[in-house]
Amino acid sequence: MSTNPISIDRRKFLSASAGAASLIGLGHSIPAWATGSHEGALARKGSDVLSGEHLTMTVADARFATGNRHGPAVTVNGSVPGPLVRLREGQNLVVDLLNESSMGTSIHWHGLLVPFLMDGVPGVTMAAVEPGERFRYEFPIRQAGTYWWHAHTLQEPMGHYGPIIIDPAGGDPHQVDRDYVVMLSDWSPIDPHEVMRKLKVGEAPFNYQKTTATDDYPLSGAERRMWARMRMMPTDIADVSAPLYTYLINGHGPEDGLEFAFQPGERVRLRFINGSAMTFFNVRIPGLPMTVISADGQDVRPVEVDEFQIGNAETYDVIVEPTGDAAFAIVAEAMDRSGMGIAMLASQPGAQAGVPPLRDPPLLTMADMGMSHGSSGAAMDHGAMDHGDTSGGEAMGAMNMRHTSLLPPSVVVGPGVDMVSMNPVDRMGDPGIGLDNVGHRVLNYRQLVAANMNRDMRQPTRLKEIHLTGNMERYMWSFDGQKFSAVADDPIRFAFNERVRVKLVNDTMMAHPIHLHGHFFELVNDAPHGHQPLKHTLVVQPGGSAQFDLTANEPGDWAFHCHLIYHMHNGMFQVVTVRPLQGGEG
Amino acid sequence: MCKTMLLSLPLIVLPQVAVAQDHDHSSPNPAEVTAPVEEESADDPHAGHQAMDHSGHQVMSPDATAASSSGQTMGHAAMGHGSMDHGAAGDSTDIPQGLPPPEAFSGPLYAADAFVGEEEMAASRAAVAREVSGLPVFWFQADRAEYRARGGQDGYLWDVQGYYGGDLDKFWFKSEGEGNFGGELESAELQGLWSHAIGPWWDLQAGVRQDLTGPERTHAVIGVQGLAPYLFEVDAAGFLSTRGDVTARIEAELDQRITQRLILQPRAEVNLSAQDIPELGIGAGLDTVELGVRLRYEFAREFAPYVGVEQEWKVGQSADYARLAGEDPSVTNYVVGLRFWF
Repeated sequence: MSTNPISIDRRKFLSASAGAASLIGLGHSIPAWATGSHEGALARKGSDVLSGEHLTMTVADARFATGNRHGPAVTVNGSVPGPLVRLREGQNLVVDLLNESSMGTSIHWHGLLVPFLMDGVPGVTMAAVEPGERFRYEFPIRQAGTYWWHAHTLQEPMGHYGPIIIDPAGGDPHQVDRDYVVMLSDWSPIDPHEVMRKLKVGEAPFNYQKTTATDDYPLSGAERRMWARMRMMPTDIADVSAPLYTYLINGHGPEDGLEFAFQPGERVRLRFINGSAMTFFNVRIPGLPMTVISADGQDVRPVEVDEFQIGNAETYDVIVEPTGDAAFAIVAEAMDRSGMGIAMLASQPGAQAGVPPLRDPPLLTMADMGMSHGSSGAAMDHGAMDHGDTSGGEAMGAMNMRHTSLLPPSVVVGPGVDMVSMNPVDRMGDPGIGLDNVGHRVLNYRQLVAANMNRDMRQPTRLKEIHLTGNMERYMWSFDGQKFSAVADDPIRFAFNERVRVKLVNDTMMAHPIHLHGHFFELVNDAPHGHQPLKHTLVVQPGGSAQFDLTANEPGDWAFHCHLIYHMHNGMFQVVTVRPLQGGEG
Repeated sequence: MCKTMLLSLPLIVLPQVAVAQDHDHSSPNPAEVTAPVEEESADDPHAGHQAMDHSGHQVMSPDATAASSSGQTMGHAAMGHGSMDHGAAGDSTDIPQGLPPPEAFSGPLYAADAFVGEEEMAASRAAVAREVSGLPVFWFQADRAEYRARGGQDGYLWDVQGYYGGDLDKFWFKSEGEGNFGGELESAELQGLWSHAIGPWWDLQAGVRQDLTGPERTHAVIGVQGLAPYLFEVDAAGFLSTRGDVTARIEAELDQRITQRLILQPRAEVNLSAQDIPELGIGAGLDTVELGVRLRYEFAREFAPYVGVEQEWKVGQSADYARLAGEDPSVTNYVVGLRFWF
């Protein structure tokens, strides 16, 4: 179901690149890593399926094209995304990773419970697999559900990612007629290092939705002056968006005509995976309610919604029962509403549903500034400010947004901290930026309830508070004000089997999807006792807080980071260590 | 063995088929997923029990000042979570903060070293720490590179700057100069500065300025550059020349977006001097004032042609020096130029 323009592009590209190679006297017999040049075949769109106990995954330099954009890419086994790794709970897995690309690489098994040495994080659990080298992963599959894999290097945003499905050992409890992966991602025609450099030296260079003298944003003059006074932007929703990115579904851009077949009346499971580098998506299928049955691979009590926001690295399985219309549009709108990924649920080939236009871009609110309602009783009238309301700018204008005295001593205050949340309330019930009042049902974390009883129901014995900090202007990001380079020898420490409550406080105006490797943690979201939902990645809303309970039962060193890749690469990365390394035998 | 199936798109996971049923585990149990104790202890069947015992101790141990008996703790959890109000999620006030238990500090500093090799991991760790902590970057910007139409001879001006460095410390260079077409360069200078972040929005800069025209001079420079409230970009510096002259310069710019690409930029510059410097035509006190406005169109963020107008005044003694030299102390420039960065 690929479209014709793409095959045309591919022919064009192949002839062009063959010509270039012969001009400089090189054939394709010399691998890219040996020549140091970034070229290669045009990436195929979508994944092959790998299953079995012994897989081979080969990383290569490539090119990618969609719409009128083309640029460098990285493929695994020749496609973007790379292969769907389909496994069975209880099997053993051996994966040989071959690096035929020009850069160091790795595979991280996102959400899988693996021995830490198999976790695939260069600098923490292994050394990067250099060009021409290979690495063998070997571990048992101890779980079921929807997950994904990706490089833990800047190859990830270039296409080095793919889905994982693990079928439960006991058979699938969800009776479905069709089962699809919907892997969302964002693709930039320019190299990730250059994207990152532009973020640092430019002033929100990819945002073309800023406030202007002629915009239609519902902001008063006073509110605009308040934002300017704070030296911040109410439109700072996504650091990188559609002016640079094309949003992909299973490697297909909006013009690539991706279709998922169905017969009316069938139950269809869609396994949404956000494999993007920098994009939160608002997912909806106009005219079709979605029943969320699983979050981050773990079953939850079914919740019917019309839309959900999915942060980077999160996964949601939903069930839909399309009927009535010939086609339905799967719309994955970037959170800043600058663009969208599109695919069709089609009852016959070529059937099309109307795609809704992009909605108006959202603005950050008082809550995103860390000034929620029901708050500390500072010298202003909170009663008059509703959650999600952007009014009250005049009052805010007079306020200090950087009361560093509110921070605990664990936070190192410096130029890398441009804001302190005054009243970081728990925002677990928040549907995500821009989805407060969309007139239909939107998922929030408080609706997630683990389908099965959690094993460890001990009350946590220790509270660990971690602040998410940053400086938008300098494009610095950190935990507790310290970049990884400052704390590489001072990890966050948990004792084996310790039950800890971790409180994440967001002292920035961006939402951060925080991922802890090697574990599931339980969201502290008022779920019934023993049913706190299990997740591997947790979005902490701007200016707010979020908590999870962790049973630290996987010994070793584990990466802990923001899954916005340019936040991670600018400091928001730490190591969590669980000791003793012998676990319970220590 | 590796089994690869090449499928046409979309990724079709096979329609639901009967799979071998293991009725002992008829539904997947996430709890198993969180309890790896069994897998970890494959070579020691008692490890799981030890782990549980261990945790029991932890409830009572180091931070136990606030810990109640585990039974009470559990009871509280059950009650609290069951009845908790929406909006009061996770009241953690009864959970003490504190240091990790002693066993959290056991073993080598880096867990992977013993398995991967100490040297290899040290090199990898250093590389990754660098990569994920903000790599140094290079930036160059021509804020003003323009043709200046004015009474008498038309002229030109450049005002460029750039840096190389990390988040907190950078080498910063600046150059500006102007001249008349057909005449000679009126002024030109080059600055090399160490720039150090002293707050979220401000850098302290110190270094050297070399004047390239007229009586060539070298100055020591100290200044601040950054972003003031209301988004004014400010660059203020004091200069001490090798002749002992003290001067200062304050520049401020503001980007006013009319549309996403059309930007109006008012700009002001003031030069000050602590003493008369007759050979340079500089009088003590306020020396010159410039007010300008430029309208640019950002074809790309990095590439923006502009038009504008700028008024320059020499003030006080400086104006007198200008009149003595037969120059007009007040000049209006109509400018067309290019702002670019990379």
